[in-house]
Amino acid sequence: MALLEVNHLSISFGGLRAVDDLSFSIEKGELYGLIGPNGAGKTTVFNLLTGVYSPTEGIIKLGDTDITGKKTIDINKEGIARTFQNIRLFGKMSVIDNVKVALNNSSEFYYGSLHGILHTPKYHRIEKALEKRALELLEVFDLDKERDVLASNLPYGKQRKLEIARAMATEPKLLLLDEPAAGMNPNETAELMNTISLIRSKFGMTILLIEHDMKLVSGICERLTVLNFGKVLKQGETKTVLNDPEVIKAYIGE
Amino acid sequence: MSMNFLTYLISGISLGSIYAIIALGYTMVYGIAKMLNFAHGDFIMVGCYVVFTIMGMFNGSAVGKIAGVFVAIIVCTLVGVITEKIAYKPLRGASSPLAVLITAIGVSYLLENAALLIFGSDPKSFTSVVPWEGVAVKGLKIQGVTIVTIVVSVIVLVVLQLFVHKTREGQAMLCVAQDKGAAMLMGINVNKTITITFAIGSALAAIAGALQCSAYPALTPYTGAMPGIKAFVAAVLGGIGSIPGAMIGGIVLGVIEILSRSYISSQLADAIVFGVLIIVLLVKPTGILGKNIQEKV
Amino acid sequence: MKDENKKSKMLSIVKEKKASDISTYIIVATAWAVFEILIANGMISSHMKGLLVPMVYYAIAAVGLNLCVGILGELSIGHAGFMCVGAFTSVMFSNIFAETFPAPVRFFLAMMCGIAFAALFGFLIGIPVLRLNGDYLAIVTLAFGEIIKNVINALYLGYDKEGVHASLSAPVVLDAETGKMLINGPLGVTGTPRDANFSVSIVVLLISLFIVQNLMKSRDGRAIMAIRDNRIAAESIGINVTKFKIYAFTISAAIAGAAGVLFGHSISTLQSTSGNFGYNISILILVYVVLGGIGNIKGSIIAAAVLYLLPELLRGLSSYRMLIYSIVLIVMMLFNWAPSVRDFRSSMWMKIRRRKEN
Repeated sequence: MALLEVNHLSISFGGLRAVDDLSFSIEKGELYGLIGPNGAGKTTVFNLLTGVYSPTEGIIKLGDTDITGKKTIDINKEGIARTFQNIRLFGKMSVIDNVKVALNNSSEFYYGSLHGILHTPKYHRIEKALEKRALELLEVFDLDKERDVLASNLPYGKQRKLEIARAMATEPKLLLLDEPAAGMNPNETAELMNTISLIRSKFGMTILLIEHDMKLVSGICERLTVLNFGKVLKQGETKTVLNDPEVIKAYIGE
Repeated sequence: MSMNFLTYLISGISLGSIYAIIALGYTMVYGIAKMLNFAHGDFIMVGCYVVFTIMGMFNGSAVGKIAGVFVAIIVCTLVGVITEKIAYKPLRGASSPLAVLITAIGVSYLLENAALLIFGSDPKSFTSVVPWEGVAVKGLKIQGVTIVTIVVSVIVLVVLQLFVHKTREGQAMLCVAQDKGAAMLMGINVNKTITITFAIGSALAAIAGALQCSAYPALTPYTGAMPGIKAFVAAVLGGIGSIPGAMIGGIVLGVIEILSRSYISSQLADAIVFGVLIIVLLVKPTGILGKNIQEKV
Repeated sequence: MKDENKKSKMLSIVKEKKASDISTYIIVATAWAVFEILIANGMISSHMKGLLVPMVYYAIAAVGLNLCVGILGELSIGHAGFMCVGAFTSVMFSNIFAETFPAPVRFFLAMMCGIAFAALFGFLIGIPVLRLNGDYLAIVTLAFGEIIKNVINALYLGYDKEGVHASLSAPVVLDAETGKMLINGPLGVTGTPRDANFSVSIVVLLISLFIVQNLMKSRDGRAIMAIRDNRIAAESIGINVTKFKIYAFTISAAIAGAAGVLFGHSISTLQSTSGNFGYNISILILVYVVLGGIGNIKGSIIAAAVLYLLPELLRGLSSYRMLIYSIVLIVMMLFNWAPSVRDFRSSMWMKIRRRKEN
């Protein structure tokens, strides 16, 4: 059964149909790519999937749950986490606190406000567990050495990684990555590709990826949807799609 | 409609016109320098004392009145520009916008206490700069200063609108207000534009000061503080950054203030004014003419 | 040179703040001990002695406001209004129950009463206000603060055997025998027992510190700071933005209310004037917060203490003191915040360090 199912999704801003009749589904464990030229509506799709916008038409289902039109925080609790095209970290908080604050969807790490203010034994016990869990995650992303650095002081590539680590801390079923390689040099991109395969092998994560970098896309995505002017241009296996003359035309021009 | 109501309405519009002139300065500075200049109200007070001093030198003659207003405009312009250069400009690009806000509060304290030292704390009684008695229409008496205030505010509004939309400097202001970085890349001298804005705003404060003290003649070092805050409220009410908005906000505020003072309670008038602001902002979070900008994800 | 500068900035590590927290308590306790010794030995003028309680309650208000401005990241210019609510509700409590409870119990209950009402106001005002952004939020908090001050200033409140009488326009007429005036309009509340002294105030300050500092290191505190740093990202990781904003604002108002309770119980006549609870007082507290460092709780306390006492220390300069105070304020702001000065300072720092290494 598909983990994410999107049926006839559309949204209009005024007269503009930014996303028009988009349907696709992602299997559990898959790495699915969403590509297209600038302004094709890719980020709008992410905003629809995460409840930033409500669709004008269409249905979004995560597993058996209909999440269409739900609020961002509820969708996150249902199991979708994301990163942002323009990095959005908690800049004045330390690296480890960026992860700790995201570890809030599991009851394992919950304590009431009074415990938090009085620093009761329960607080200390759970904070210890939180710290341990956060460090484990940071180690996966090779960020454990920078644990106490302010997030805004991290170099660019590591900021991207931290954003992914933070999203993973919410224990999602589906991870949305919005142009993770944007602004990266080839070395950083290669490292990022490793990180992404690591998330898949280690956590069995299902990923939906928006990307411009063709090398990255062809290297790791199994299937693709190509968007152009909000509409589906092509869908299917990565190789077939990328060799499609129409796709080439949309990207490179005539 | 009773005669009383008309009288109150007109004096409300007149008070509102003063708020509007101050608010125009506030809103321009806010729109372009993106800062709340808490000292703006004190520029009014500086203007009042200058007019008061010059008029005193000329024994209240007509020449003294004209000279007083003229010199006050120059002095306030200088005070505004110098304040900006020394106290605000170094803080452009500071990591928190609160830094320049607190500095503005410091400037406000500085001006008030300097005035306190020079002129003392006892209220000075201010002679109106408008010698005209006013007119009486069918028993409705309208004071000269009331009429002059309303006329001046309309002239100021029209001139400012023309300046902003028809001159190069005005166009530059619109650009800087929208995007400082892009304006700089387009070759606009951002520093100069901000200086001009402060100059205009402060000159308007001087005019507002002369009119305000003519209508309400007790002058103390704290004369400008409350009108300053009210004008800021007016600017927010009308939609901060918008020139017609400042005008509308000012008039609305003045009318509400005078009407509540006359019909409800003089002690609660300010509370009612602030209450109206809250209600407007809750219904329309960016004010009457403000544009709603949503953060893009 | 420039590059190295940046690198050293980049590696600037956020040390665990545990040590810093404890040092804050120590500073407060030491200040208390020093002043107590000075008082015991008669080394302090009675005028100065009278300033100690206000110094502490402004420090408390600054701690509360810093929670709102520094931790939550929302500018409030209305916290004097919450002080006003705390002061008047607690003072009324103390007057009504003046004979019912022994002084310490009465003051404790009055404190709870003042805090509860300030929190309630914070909560109710927070719901609409926190939907706004930035300077709009600031001006609306200012508006609420002024409304609270003006309404209480116009309020006549009393009770007698027939029940409670209240009016916003004219003094209420009470039964001569059983009547008790609570708030007499602009004349305010008189005859309150002066239950707040320096030591009690210090205890309240320590408790406020404990609450805010502990909160910052808890789940809730991290969520609040996450909202401050990036609201959209906070939502994306499942943080309920509205809930935490209102939560932080309410606690912040409650702490300001506690400061108000001390205010009300340290003077015999409490009036809701601009000089006591106007927007100028909110701004005064804001100055402490910004000068002490936004988000830096220890800094708020030190700034409040120093800046509150500074005009008094300058008393010898008589009429020039407030002028000097304002210049000091401007210069300190430029020195602390101007980017050019900051760069200059860090480069000087580097030079000194390098000289030491050689």
